[in-house]
Amino acid sequence: MSPDATTKTATAHHPPVIEHAAIRARDLHIYYGTFHAVKGVDLAIETNKITALIGPSGCGKSTVLRSLNRMNDLIASARVKGEVLFHGANIYEKEVDPVIIRRKIGMVFQKPNPFPKSIYDNIVWGARINGYRGNQDELVEKSLRQAALWDEVKDKLHQNALALSGGQQQRLCIARAVAIEPEILLMDEPCSALDPIATTKIEDLMLSLKEQYTIAIVTHNMQQAARVSDYTAFFYLGDLIEFDITKKLFTSPSIKQTEDYITGRFG
Amino acid sequence: MAIHLVREIEKLKKQILSLSAHVEENVRQAIKSVTERDESLARKCIEEDKAIDIAEVDIEEECLKIFALHQPVAHDLRYLVAILKINRDLERISDIGVSIAQRAIDLCSLPEPTIDFNIGFMAEKVQTMFSQSLDALINRDSRLARETWFADDEIDTLCAENYTLAEQQITKTPEQTRELLNLLSISRSLERMADHVANISKDVIYMIEGEIVRHRKKIIKERIRQAEQSAE
Repeated sequence: MSPDATTKTATAHHPPVIEHAAIRARDLHIYYGTFHAVKGVDLAIETNKITALIGPSGCGKSTVLRSLNRMNDLIASARVKGEVLFHGANIYEKEVDPVIIRRKIGMVFQKPNPFPKSIYDNIVWGARINGYRGNQDELVEKSLRQAALWDEVKDKLHQNALALSGGQQQRLCIARAVAIEPEILLMDEPCSALDPIATTKIEDLMLSLKEQYTIAIVTHNMQQAARVSDYTAFFYLGDLIEFDITKKLFTSPSIKQTEDYITGRFG
Repeated sequence: MAIHLVREIEKLKKQILSLSAHVEENVRQAIKSVTERDESLARKCIEEDKAIDIAEVDIEEECLKIFALHQPVAHDLRYLVAILKINRDLERISDIGVSIAQRAIDLCSLPEPTIDFNIGFMAEKVQTMFSQSLDALINRDSRLARETWFADDEIDTLCAENYTLAEQQITKTPEQTRELLNLLSISRSLERMADHVANISKDVIYMIEGEIVRHRKKIIKERIRQAEQSAE
């Protein structure tokens, strides 16, 4: 009668078929110097869905996330093998400009990192250097509305962004990311520095943003992964152990390592 | 957090085992009160149900507490969901035991019917099913749980036979109508009890295998038949 996972009948793991992948990693290996951080990962991120990447610290989940917009290029010792296919082309091909990739695949980081400028400038700056020639006021309002921040800041657009609360700063970073109209949003533990109310706001925001964007999120908060994501990928020691529909993975995982991790038996 | 959760689940396991044993014994006594026409035993069973009601609420509160504090997932989640539902079925089985004991009290005031109305056989089958479902829960035996679930069909057949028998007997010996209606009511109670036992078995299957098998008996039976065929 014990709910001990060791006695659970092993069931075959049939990962779901991702038919409309916005981005797809194929046999992805990532090294930091001689350390083999990611070991041959195949992972597809479904369009207009939220995919959560979970696993214990050092499992390679953030490394995989950062590889999806070539953020690892900024780490001198990082080396990537394999493919990351975006619109059918490998983003690691020599002729591909990583800046263009990062424009199409935006990123929101763990710690809110607004520029030490006004709320308004935080939004328009990225768009401006990316050649935006439209109405800036409209862009600011649209982006802040998309990030569910407009009502809170519309009367203080020219105040310094650093005066906002942590949760507001994080939503500003999301507004800044969506202002350049990316296709994919990568979020690296976007709520880990936020209180539960601010976390709820970001989660609600993610659910509304997925209608327009494809989202991949790294999170240490298992309940958050269960609440917001459509698909979940569990990583351990650089391997993708299990990828499945979130509901399935959190109720009946197929692999014992996943079961042990999500139930807190290890990790 | 995990160790704390494991401890909470261990505590819950003890509570549900204790409730199972209590309900199993009370049902046995209720059936005995019918077969031995023992009014005082029947009254004792009715009284005993109150303690079972209290235990059921305690277990539910314990489950809710674990859900709220630990947000369990995977096998812990399935275990808790199964226990929450099994807890309810156990309480309902005990209530049905009370109904049987009430019929027993009425029967004690009536002359023994002269008909062959085999409640004892059916009661024995239901009690075996009940014990098996609890064994399946304790030993995490989904195969036994499936067998127990399928055995419910036999109880349905016995209940239908008793109905026909009662119908015929009421025509033949209308002076025994009250006795026959009491026996028919007991037969129907046993059939409902078997339904709750089948529910327990289905929840045990979900707990172990993560598959909801309710309303899919034909499909599951066919799948087993095909698996057995390919194994031969």
